[in-house]
Amino acid sequence: MQIWIILPLLVPLLTGVSALIRYRKIRRTFVMAGTFVNMMVSLFILFHLRNGGVFVSQMGGHPAPYGISIVVDTLSAILLAVTGIMAFAITLYSHGTIDANRERFAYYPLLAFLLMGINFSFLSGDLFTLYVAFEVMLMSSFVLLTLGGERPQLGGGMNYVTLNLISSTIFLIAAGLTYAVAGTLNLADLAQRLSGLPAPGITTLLAGLFLIAFGIKAAIFPLFFWLPESYHTPPIAITALFGGILTKVGIYSMWRILVMIFPQDLTYLQPLILTIAALTMITGVLGAIAQTEIRRLLSFHIVSQIGYLMMGMGLLTTVSLTGAVFFMVHVIFAKTVLFLISGITHKMQGSYELKQLGGFQKSHPLVAVLFLLAALSLAGVPPLPGFWAKLILIQAGLESQQYGIVAVALIVSILTLFSMTKIWHEVFWKTAKIETLIEKKSANRQVRWLMAPTVLLIAFIILLGIFAEPVYQISRQAALGILEPSAYVEGVLLLEENDQ
Amino acid sequence: MLLVFAITAGVIFACGVYLMLRRSMVRLIIGLSLLTYAVNLLIFSMDDLGTRGAPIIDSTPPEQMADPLPQALILTSIVISFGVLAFTLALGYRASQAIQSDNLDDLKSTDDEV
Repeated sequence: MQIWIILPLLVPLLTGVSALIRYRKIRRTFVMAGTFVNMMVSLFILFHLRNGGVFVSQMGGHPAPYGISIVVDTLSAILLAVTGIMAFAITLYSHGTIDANRERFAYYPLLAFLLMGINFSFLSGDLFTLYVAFEVMLMSSFVLLTLGGERPQLGGGMNYVTLNLISSTIFLIAAGLTYAVAGTLNLADLAQRLSGLPAPGITTLLAGLFLIAFGIKAAIFPLFFWLPESYHTPPIAITALFGGILTKVGIYSMWRILVMIFPQDLTYLQPLILTIAALTMITGVLGAIAQTEIRRLLSFHIVSQIGYLMMGMGLLTTVSLTGAVFFMVHVIFAKTVLFLISGITHKMQGSYELKQLGGFQKSHPLVAVLFLLAALSLAGVPPLPGFWAKLILIQAGLESQQYGIVAVALIVSILTLFSMTKIWHEVFWKTAKIETLIEKKSANRQVRWLMAPTVLLIAFIILLGIFAEPVYQISRQAALGILEPSAYVEGVLLLEENDQ
Repeated sequence: MLLVFAITAGVIFACGVYLMLRRSMVRLIIGLSLLTYAVNLLIFSMDDLGTRGAPIIDSTPPEQMADPLPQALILTSIVISFGVLAFTLALGYRASQAIQSDNLDDLKSTDDEV
């Protein structure tokens, strides 16, 4: 029994509850301490699982296929750690950007409950727990997205809520049908029972349903329209958190379920998935190029990057999934940082429109350097982690002789670079057209809460680039963990013998 | 019995989707909740319907017990959908107040205030 792996659930829950307190300073201290402890716990778990392995905890002591299993393997541990870092950074950032009114209406508790939902999804060991975790996450995200009730938020929120509820419904249908087919909902048990079945069959239907359900959440090609409609409407701290993490929870579930349980159907569906991946990349980046508002532009980039993650799953080799895991870690950091920087420029010049912003490389060279690092990493320029991740993915594509998807991935990289230079030119090089709202001296004090997390995340990006080899090894362990789930299956199912 | 369940679930699904495709906010919300009812029926039909007894130890022999898992799933799903319904109703109310209409198309222009 490794009961302490429920700490990533318990800590955010207690944080959320304690953040309901009325006094602003105590509340902020609680939230900061809570997210910090959560980050440390997650990093600790990752440290223990860096060479593969599985931690399992059976809730209530019921043995594996019957009770609720909380499972962490390397992939979950990586994402828990990244989420922990991100949540801590966003909490710091929120101190400087969230208005008093939103804060009074339970902003911080919701943030903590959202964190709990995300962690819960990474820890779930069976389909129905995963559904419940998704609902915890979605409910918090619904409220966070619409908190404040400004008109754009209501419109975007309506889209977001509707599409995500439809996705949950399809997920529930798929889970119900899986239970009818296999007689179990435990992921380890399912992996054992279903992975041998012939490819075009009843399991292919289930795989397709899961692909649609998680595809809506992950914003893959024909199902992504809710994302650019809604993500730019809430305060920037929330946009950054959603843009960084939420779609990746969908991708994580897709990997966990499709790769681990339905690998033979995934091989059968490979042409479809690679086509979806290519179209997701292209439509995302073309949409981004057409935008003139930073938040919308970056929202379309989220969609584009999802394509690379789909590509890694579609190729279905150890190398491709290693690359995809690496890419996921990097893109969560890079994307969040870009949103955070757009928040800083908004704080200083009061706009998100490219046309109105300008002159930052002269007035705030540090902000310009931070943006440049994140943007070049996103596009994939050599010493930065984005390059290594894309290199591994493209190598995997060449090994599998899927030249079409490799060509698309390379072209989309160039287009990404192009749209990043557009922001660079408009926001940083161009001379400023409007007065900078905050004078330099007071800027330091006001922007301190905004700069600290941004610098923290940029430091992580640089570290990911420098220590690419260890990151590669950990990603490889994560990829092996879902491609050859024997360790996972044994870890979850054999525990019942140890207990009895 | 299974056929009746399948047809009922299908009809409710059709109603839900039809309502969601209307432009009215109220119908959208009713459609969404109908969908969850249809899914509950679908999960309920995972077990042999009406042929077995209640899954209570000492009242039914184990081999005649109905599978309790689908019922547990439905119970959870009902609770969750209740919460979601409450939230969507509140959101719909706020949205209809903001745009002074029930028409979803009026809500479309998310950039009005930017």
